[in-house]
Amino acid sequence: MPIPDRIERTIDLAQPPQRVWEALTSAEGLGGWFGDRATVDLRPGGTAYVEWDGEDFKATLTIVVVEPPTRFAWTWGIQGLPAADPRRTYVEFTLAPSGGGTRLTVVESGFAQLPDELLGTAYHGNVEGWRKELAELADYLHAAA
Amino acid sequence: MPRPDPEAVAEAVFAALAEPTRRSILSALAARGPMTATGLADVLPISRQAITKHLELLAAAGLVLAEPGERRRIRYRVNAAPMAIAQSYLAALARDWDSKLARLQRSLDAPAAQPEAAAPRLLSRQEGDGQ
Repeated sequence: MPIPDRIERTIDLAQPPQRVWEALTSAEGLGGWFGDRATVDLRPGGTAYVEWDGEDFKATLTIVVVEPPTRFAWTWGIQGLPAADPRRTYVEFTLAPSGGGTRLTVVESGFAQLPDELLGTAYHGNVEGWRKELAELADYLHAAA
Repeated sequence: MPRPDPEAVAEAVFAALAEPTRRSILSALAARGPMTATGLADVLPISRQAITKHLELLAAAGLVLAEPGERRRIRYRVNAAPMAIAQSYLAALARDWDSKLARLQRSLDAPAAQPEAAAPRLLSRQEGDGQ
């Protein structure tokens, strides 16, 4: 059961890179296709906030790379984890001219990061051991029945 | 100390959750807080012996932690860290870039149909939830 650490998609768009760049990086753009509302402080180290109708959380994007109109990247938290969890995934958009349009690639990586609590602690997540234990348990329950 | 393999951790979490008795033990510990095997046997329709065996498995997988104490009085509590790994696995499945990129394509193809796009831009800058 491999954890997909890296998600990658490529899409060909009819519009030139500058138009796609606007859609990716402006508040109107991010609040149009990505979320329902957004504010963007477009600079490396800047923050963008994205909200969705009917959701009570707000995504906080920390902008990392701003290279118009070819590269845009941010980090953000992993949905479902506590806000204080330091793990964040890295999202990078690459825009390449393609015919009159744009080939857009998005890569999100970092899902398989380990929480700090699991690093350097006595964690015994040994799958082989677990399988053996399960077999033992089955025998045990069988005998008890 | 060898670095734990996230896949092994996720596997242990899902294996634990796939079994109804272990699910009910974890649910009871999540709902009621740390308990002994005897305490769990009082609230679950499972023998103390079976509960003890399951608790050993859960502890070996790092899903519960045994608090120090004399043998019969050891209390177990849920250890959230492995759950967080399983959660990030689920998050990867739920990220849904396909829908988002389809929306991007639609919005680019129909730029005129967004008269309200400029209106709701005032967001308070509450620090929040990192999404």
